[in-house]
Amino acid sequence: MNQIEPPVIEYAQVAPLLVVFGAAVLGVVVEAFAPRYLRKAIHMPLTLLSLAGAFVLTVWQATQSPHNAAAMGAIAVDGPTLFVWGTILVLAVVSVLLISDEDHFVGQASALPGSAEEEESITARAAHTEVYPLVLFAVGGMLLFPASNDLLIMFVALEVMSLPLYLLCGLARRRRLLSQEAAMKYFLLGAFSSAFFLFGTALLYGVAGTVEFRGIAEALTRVGGMDTLLLAGTATLGVGLLFKIGAAPFQAWKPDVYQGAPTPVTALMASGTLVAAFGGLLRVFWVALGGLEWDWKPVLWGVAILTMLVGAILAITQTDIKRMLAYSSIAHAGFLLVGVVAVGDAEQNREALTGLLFYLVAYGIATVGAFAVVTLVRDAGGEANHLSRWAGLGKRAPLLAGVFALFLLAFAGIPLTSGFLGKYAIFAAAGGADAWPLVIVAVIASAVAAFFYVRVIVLMFFSDPAADGPTIAVPTVSTSIVVALAAAATVVLGVIPEPVLNLASIAAESLFVR
Amino acid sequence: MTTHYLVLSALLFAIGAIGVLVRRNAIVVFMCVELMLNACNLAFVTFARQHGNLDGQIIAFFVMVVAAAEVVVGLAIIVTMFRTRRSASVDDANLLKN
Repeated sequence: MNQIEPPVIEYAQVAPLLVVFGAAVLGVVVEAFAPRYLRKAIHMPLTLLSLAGAFVLTVWQATQSPHNAAAMGAIAVDGPTLFVWGTILVLAVVSVLLISDEDHFVGQASALPGSAEEEESITARAAHTEVYPLVLFAVGGMLLFPASNDLLIMFVALEVMSLPLYLLCGLARRRRLLSQEAAMKYFLLGAFSSAFFLFGTALLYGVAGTVEFRGIAEALTRVGGMDTLLLAGTATLGVGLLFKIGAAPFQAWKPDVYQGAPTPVTALMASGTLVAAFGGLLRVFWVALGGLEWDWKPVLWGVAILTMLVGAILAITQTDIKRMLAYSSIAHAGFLLVGVVAVGDAEQNREALTGLLFYLVAYGIATVGAFAVVTLVRDAGGEANHLSRWAGLGKRAPLLAGVFALFLLAFAGIPLTSGFLGKYAIFAAAGGADAWPLVIVAVIASAVAAFFYVRVIVLMFFSDPAADGPTIAVPTVSTSIVVALAAAATVVLGVIPEPVLNLASIAAESLFVR
Repeated sequence: MTTHYLVLSALLFAIGAIGVLVRRNAIVVFMCVELMLNACNLAFVTFARQHGNLDGQIIAFFVMVVAAAEVVVGLAIIVTMFRTRRSASVDDANLLKN
């Protein structure tokens, strides 16, 4: 009779994951048993403390060595993972602070828009406190995704990350039809792309006989790069991953979902999901499919170029601030892809990885800040998202408009902001890998992108405010903290980037474990 | 030997993918996604047989659980949509435009 070996799990290494998932489960219990009026008072400290606790554990884990693959090689707790974990946790804390501003979410999602039931839920001041456990589950999935060292864990993480986000998208308090529509589009397209991811997994399993990255990498040396199953598997897996980061031609969901979702959820998606998805994408292409570099490199070249151009050019035509930021996010996904294809020898990989990690931090924090500002510019119907409503904002609220201009300049990559160094690091790495055409396209796309960022700044500061312009909501303490933190981080990362850059290069030192 | 099953799996996957792209009812689109997941499961168990290890069969169980969770979330979203609009057509959901 075969004995089943009990798995060995290094609990200390996966502790950050366990804390976040544990808190999420506790949050569900709170939903079930705590009285309604107490729930938020319990959820807030539970959520924030668990995220902070997970961050402390991540930092503690980073001081330990050596880093290796935990849980029978299924979860890789290496330098890049720890850096990405830290980034995601910081972004999650900041997003939760935004989310805690109660009136972003619908009181009762099951009540039809415009019905008596909805009125009732508004007068009763009902609130869906389920958002907190949902956010924790999503963050847990985001942490697991870049750490997963086999395709099965990665698929499960992908779903754990996505399913709560589908729901969160549909919970906006105002413009509920848009919000529900965003949820449905995100869900259908997300499920579609996960199916591709899974089929790719199945084909690679067929080639390698295992779904572990290490096993797949070994199998590549056996079968060579011309195996039909292998190429088909790589392609379908790539479609699933590229969909998640919103790369062209799989970018169609991004503007719709970003526009319809409640803005704090958009902030979490635009920052956390992108960071997690890039962590996972890098691990798949560099570790599992590293031996197939010459096959996927040309394709990703094309995708990167297309993504940058589509993002930058379509952003110009947008009239909605959230859609514009969505296209800007697509363009940034393209810039990040430039770093992904900048592979070469180990030294080259380190340089590219350092640049990518720094870029993810810089972009993530500026994104949350920008969406935090978007939540504050309101009129009677909720947020005033139409760009024309932002005209003259600089004269009505100079500070707020100034901070938003700062985030836009960071997106554009103007020196002395965090975005400049991120872009420089990635483009330099791509230059080192002799990807000069790609760098030239990236610089052109940056210039096009800078045009529409500056256009918004000009609109805010050099045009006259409309007579019935939007009001600037008095920010709550938590929103003010978010905006201040994001602005400070954007400036500090731009002026004295060394600490974070050093941290990123230490994290990149060991590259991904195999 | 196992090739027939793989061909069937690929066919089912293709039918599902085409269904997602051409069908207009959200429920039917969703069923097509489920068909794609089932095609993946068939591929997994076929390859498990081919390689003579159990990984693929275990993965199939994971996929079933994930698909079940996806149904819960998906139907919740689609039903909410339907109650608001009295239609489950993905073409009617066209408010999000520039």
